[in-house]
Amino acid sequence: MSSVTPQEIKAEFLKSKIGIAGIGILLILILTSITVVVLVPVNTFKQWNNPGNWISYPKVAIPVWVNLFLSEKIPEHKILTTPTVNYDVSGDTSITTHQFGVNFGYDDYPNDFIYQFSAKYSGTPLFQMDVIRPDGLQLKLISTSLPHSDSNSIHSEKIFSTDDTIRKNLYLQSDKFLFPLNNLSAEDIIFSKTEKHEPLKGNYVFLIKVYNDNQENQIPESKLIIGGKAFGMMGTDELRRDLAVGLLWGTPLALFIGLVVAIASVLMGLLYGVYAGYKGKKTDELLMRFNDVIYALPVLPFLIILSVTISNSIFVMIGFLMVFGWVGVAKVARSMSLQIKTRGYVDAANMMGQKDSKIVLRHILPQLLPYAFASIAISVPAAITTEAGLSFLGLGDPSFPTWGQILHDSNVYGAASRGLWWWIMPPGIMIAITGLAFVFIGNALDAIVNPKLKR
Amino acid sequence: MSLKRFIATRLITMFAVLMITLLITIALVGSNMDSILKQGVAFQVRSEITDNPKIAESFSSTDEFESFIQTQIDQRIKTLGLDEPWYSPQRIGLTMYKILFLDFGHATFLTSDSGSSDVKEIILEKLPKTILLFTTATIIISVIGIFLGALSGSKVGSIVDRVTSSFAIISSSFPVWWIGMLMIFLFSFVYQIFPARATPLIPSSDPGYIGSLLYHMTLPLITIVIIGFGSWAYLVRNFIVGIMQEDFIIAKKTMGINQKKIVYIHALKNAAPPIITILALSLSGSLGGAIITEAVFDWPGMGRLYFEAISVMDLPVIIGATYVLTVFFLVSIFVADLLYGYFDPRVRTG
Repeated sequence: MSSVTPQEIKAEFLKSKIGIAGIGILLILILTSITVVVLVPVNTFKQWNNPGNWISYPKVAIPVWVNLFLSEKIPEHKILTTPTVNYDVSGDTSITTHQFGVNFGYDDYPNDFIYQFSAKYSGTPLFQMDVIRPDGLQLKLISTSLPHSDSNSIHSEKIFSTDDTIRKNLYLQSDKFLFPLNNLSAEDIIFSKTEKHEPLKGNYVFLIKVYNDNQENQIPESKLIIGGKAFGMMGTDELRRDLAVGLLWGTPLALFIGLVVAIASVLMGLLYGVYAGYKGKKTDELLMRFNDVIYALPVLPFLIILSVTISNSIFVMIGFLMVFGWVGVAKVARSMSLQIKTRGYVDAANMMGQKDSKIVLRHILPQLLPYAFASIAISVPAAITTEAGLSFLGLGDPSFPTWGQILHDSNVYGAASRGLWWWIMPPGIMIAITGLAFVFIGNALDAIVNPKLKR
Repeated sequence: MSLKRFIATRLITMFAVLMITLLITIALVGSNMDSILKQGVAFQVRSEITDNPKIAESFSSTDEFESFIQTQIDQRIKTLGLDEPWYSPQRIGLTMYKILFLDFGHATFLTSDSGSSDVKEIILEKLPKTILLFTTATIIISVIGIFLGALSGSKVGSIVDRVTSSFAIISSSFPVWWIGMLMIFLFSFVYQIFPARATPLIPSSDPGYIGSLLYHMTLPLITIVIIGFGSWAYLVRNFIVGIMQEDFIIAKKTMGINQKKIVYIHALKNAAPPIITILALSLSGSLGGAIITEAVFDWPGMGRLYFEAISVMDLPVIIGATYVLTVFFLVSIFVADLLYGYFDPRVRTG
């Protein structure tokens, strides 16, 4: 064990395929983390638990890429914020026109649509919303006057597809359809073929016009949401949150938790064990009895009680995980240092009157480094899964979207028995992949440190 | 160190751990527990007095009546010894003494299926179910694991060995509860074979209860076994690989004893001590992991009880369940230690 030099470890490690694979996965994860931290604004993860932030997103939407494998395409959720704007003045009246083009190529109707706007005007403008369908048919949806205002002011409103006026207007145009419109919702009529009730594919244009009898007439904010059942690369959850954001932010958090806990607890265990082994006699006995006590504490119940009574902050949790993490390493480090202690050079250093701390740090610890690296790599997955488990029980830090939290939410909303696989699979796969990367590295190192297992 | 002394030191350590665990638990939940107890006493006194309308009639004003109730409550608190702070030595001593002899008091919110709120009864009702599930799982895991491990350990580098080893490595990084969610998704949503919730719907007095319980147990059992046997097989494999390099095995090989006999009789026999030790440890380890697994499957055992107790902060149940889990954990560590010390005398000399 002690004859392995760093150069040999490196050479051996590069020969091991599994170790290279581990390093490869780890690099990808680290790159993802860096990209996320640099590119995605910090604000998005702070907004994770703020329902207001996710209001324009769909509920439990399936990932968009699923459509690639389906013959019947699921309607995508579309949030359109950049209309074609037109401003016209003819005589006394001014007309502001906003046009939204929607390419609709799906085999099911959208869930709903919402038009959200704020208009800046004075007087009493007329608001009108029409839709031009791919077959050239133009349907009037709503035509209403906006509230009167004397001075130039801003009025904000949301128009929902469930609005009664829209439905009544559509029923008035029922002669254009060859089937009865009774009890159909607005979006089912707008996006339907005229001859039978089937979705009509093609380009739709939503036309919003505001007429005013003076020239103060603007729509500074204009957003059309076509509610669908598919959204984003990773879909959304029951609380309309974009799962891609949670999964991406989970990566740096998991790496942080895993690495900090593993490195700190292995270092603690190493120092503790080596010191106990080197000192021997009464000190060793005392330190090892204390080690026994911590070793015999039931970890999970304790972590649960601690997080319930003290704090569920992620940093406190990392501290608790360290408290329970160093015990095993200390035992092995002690027995290793018992062996090293008997070697000639340690005796020599001792006789030359070197300080204990110096002997431990200079002569004993370096011998244990290969073992230390292997055990760091092996303890990372344990730390990540323990944290994920605690979060899964609902005891995690609610201000950070970790993978465990996402799984907790999915369990609370019964995702498994409702078949919402995109809410269950990705977080678990991410936990497993991160764990695997470290297990691979740890195994490769372990095989070098304990050559007996290799055969 | 003689075996007797070894056992004695172990026993003392274990008892110390048990006491420390209890102390920490009480320290963590003590102040909450204290206020809950006092509220309970106040409620009890108040209802006793208002039950008897004659007492209320004998007072002229409500203020006087209120102050009478208050003095009664204070008196009761004093006789029960609750006027001292919860961290006073007498009270901690008393609490620990009570808990040591399984007197956990009454649960604040939770009840057993039969309606009792006695924590001891609740725990006694849930414990057998946890033991049933996890002992069965551990036995199946160890049988599969030992067989597979011996097989792949005797043929290092073969397909069996490589598949087993990689399965072990991969399965160890999946959280059991996540696989549980997948299993629920697969077997109760996609193929509706097993129920998603593992709690039987019929009451426990029904004769069909045990059958139903076993049916509901299948999915959690399969999950635990799938995740567990890989690492077992890997462990046994590594022991066997080590032993197969020993001189006496090589000697047996040169004597021409057949390979199977060597592996399953001689090598496995020598690997027995660590295997039995790990078996004892993993039995108790699985009890700790039970908390999350039972929460996923809704299995009506100790783990779910613990989870429920935490979510409503039912402190007597939390303390009782922690105590019972710790006792189980310690007993199995103790047994594992003893077995190891018995099989491998080097351990005793330290």
